[in-house]
Amino acid sequence: MNTPDAPFVDIRDLTVTFTGGKSPVKAVNGVTLAVKRGEVVALIGESGSGKSVTLRSILRLHNPARSKIEGQILINGQDVVQLSNDALSRFRGKVTSMIFQEPLLALDPVYTVGDQIIEAILRHEKISRSEARARALSLFERVRIPSPERRLDAYPHEMSGGMRQRAMISLALASEPQLLLADEPTTALDATVQIQILLLLRELQRELGLSVIFVTHDIGAAVEVADRIAVMYAGRIVEQGTTRTLMRSPRHPYTRALLKSLAHGAAKKGTRLETISGSPPDLTKLPPGCAFAERCALALDSCKQTVPELVWLTPDHSARCLRTEQTATPI
Amino acid sequence: MDNLSPGYEDVGGAAQPLLMVKNLIKHFALKKDILGKGGGVVRAVDGIDFMVRKGETLGVVGESGCGKSTTARLLMNLITADHGDIIFDGQSVGSRNLTLKEFRRQAQMVFQDSYASLNPRLTVEDSIAFAPQVHGVSKQDSIARARDLLQRVGLDPQRFAERYPHELSGGQRQRVNIARALALQSRLIILDEAVSALDKSVEAQVLNLLLDLKEEFKLTYVFISHDLNVVRYISDRVMVMYLGQVVEIGECESLFNAPRHPYTRALLSSVPSMDPDNRTETPPLAGDPPNPINPPSGCRFHTRCAQAQPVCSQKMPPLVSSIDGQGVACWIHVENSGHTQAVSTTEGVA
Repeated sequence: MNTPDAPFVDIRDLTVTFTGGKSPVKAVNGVTLAVKRGEVVALIGESGSGKSVTLRSILRLHNPARSKIEGQILINGQDVVQLSNDALSRFRGKVTSMIFQEPLLALDPVYTVGDQIIEAILRHEKISRSEARARALSLFERVRIPSPERRLDAYPHEMSGGMRQRAMISLALASEPQLLLADEPTTALDATVQIQILLLLRELQRELGLSVIFVTHDIGAAVEVADRIAVMYAGRIVEQGTTRTLMRSPRHPYTRALLKSLAHGAAKKGTRLETISGSPPDLTKLPPGCAFAERCALALDSCKQTVPELVWLTPDHSARCLRTEQTATPI
Repeated sequence: MDNLSPGYEDVGGAAQPLLMVKNLIKHFALKKDILGKGGGVVRAVDGIDFMVRKGETLGVVGESGCGKSTTARLLMNLITADHGDIIFDGQSVGSRNLTLKEFRRQAQMVFQDSYASLNPRLTVEDSIAFAPQVHGVSKQDSIARARDLLQRVGLDPQRFAERYPHELSGGQRQRVNIARALALQSRLIILDEAVSALDKSVEAQVLNLLLDLKEEFKLTYVFISHDLNVVRYISDRVMVMYLGQVVEIGECESLFNAPRHPYTRALLSSVPSMDPDNRTETPPLAGDPPNPINPPSGCRFHTRCAQAQPVCSQKMPPLVSSIDGQGVACWIHVENSGHTQAVSTTEGVA
């Protein structure tokens, strides 16, 4: 089961349904995703596409009373969906940890940042408090927090936004996890700070050999850090491939439309941006076929009948679309 | 429809700037704690000068705390300035010739949070018709105009006019906010992060709409955003702010192609590259922007600037503007300033 080239993360046919409201919301509808050891995969998509829900399922962060997870989430061969509560506590932080968009909400305001990191280390390891503090200090040095000794005793509100995000990264790395989940970690940051954090994540990932799943709506941020990109729409991965392939020759009509709608670079000033007409489907009543068909210029009647099967365009590039022969031209 | 054509005469002709801002200052005093410590002053906007020409889009960029939103609120008089003049088409705002109420008929604002800026208890058409009614338009006329505006912003009045804000998506709500800003036949629209909360494909729709409306109603925009790609796409000129001051202003393409201020250069190269074969290798700046409570002395950027020299921490560089409206506040661009890279003529610098 744990052969060296088996993927570290192997998500198979994951569905997540939220049952708290009037009608069930099908947020994730059959996601299959593999991430190798030391690989960075970005999940991109617009709000409501299911990217964050997928990510949070890996740590089982959804309230079990109001959500239903089906399928398998194999992390290093172990199915997270089946874990007992005890096993789940050992798994969180130790094997897999997560960084969030807003560190001020993710960190506890009444404890110093150092105490929070020490607590995380002691939760998983039998070492003394002073050893744990030394580890916390070296983590702070590693994420390049200036005057780290002093900052360990700071409360989250005493730090600037970029420094808080660095502190949260060191908290996530405290118990030496092998998989790091990042949910829009740079979205709330200023431009000059965002690029620092992206480059720091890339550097740590390389040095520690981490697998990373990086959720973002910012395609530019994904391009900076990811080896592969998976594009989500209405709870499904509609296309995935290496970052280069996806940026140069996207094949799913949604990916193509999304990339064309960006105002970037010196692009076409004064000309109109290409837009996608309509809006994403209601997740309480998904259509039986391709969820993008309603908005797709290439859609056929058959697109609306059943969900298209995965089409492998190359060994590492796939799309869920019946019309890939129409999208071979670069955008 | 005729009743939607610009309702105000150009006062000073096309050459007169629509908006001129002179030495605008806003400081916020901080409360002292119970021990009498703290206090201090946030220098949110600290002496800025700029102008907006008729029919152009001025983009305003900068990081959080640079004062761009405070500037927007000062322009609309949502907060009062400590000092400075705002001159709208040759007339001072708040003077007898141009009362605040009259000014606000001609200048409107669109905010980032499309939901918070609409009254949840009013239908969409009532929200749009509200301001014209305040200014004396009859209920019937104002509703008819609201429905016409909904059509113009791409929302079918049959379907949307009687909905409430919570029944709309974010993009639809922002269209309603734009329609509301147009209801008074304004000439100046201030867009404060108006597309920032929208998904990219929806953002593209709203940007297209803004370009169409600008053409149709001969509007002038002040477009505030942290998204440099969007600012570059929509702006004619761009103003870069840092800690309450303008560090550079200039024509959009020349500013993006040849930024002159070291901060502008760093900010522009912080944008992720979008090219997988050409990733960013080293971050252009270290650290976060300093706190605007106690901004650094001299040039406020000197603490993060790779080219800083002693003169930069001693004296504040002036915003040197040339006739064509290009300006930069950096000692490197001032003759004999004491900075070793300073040039003898300003033309010599790319």
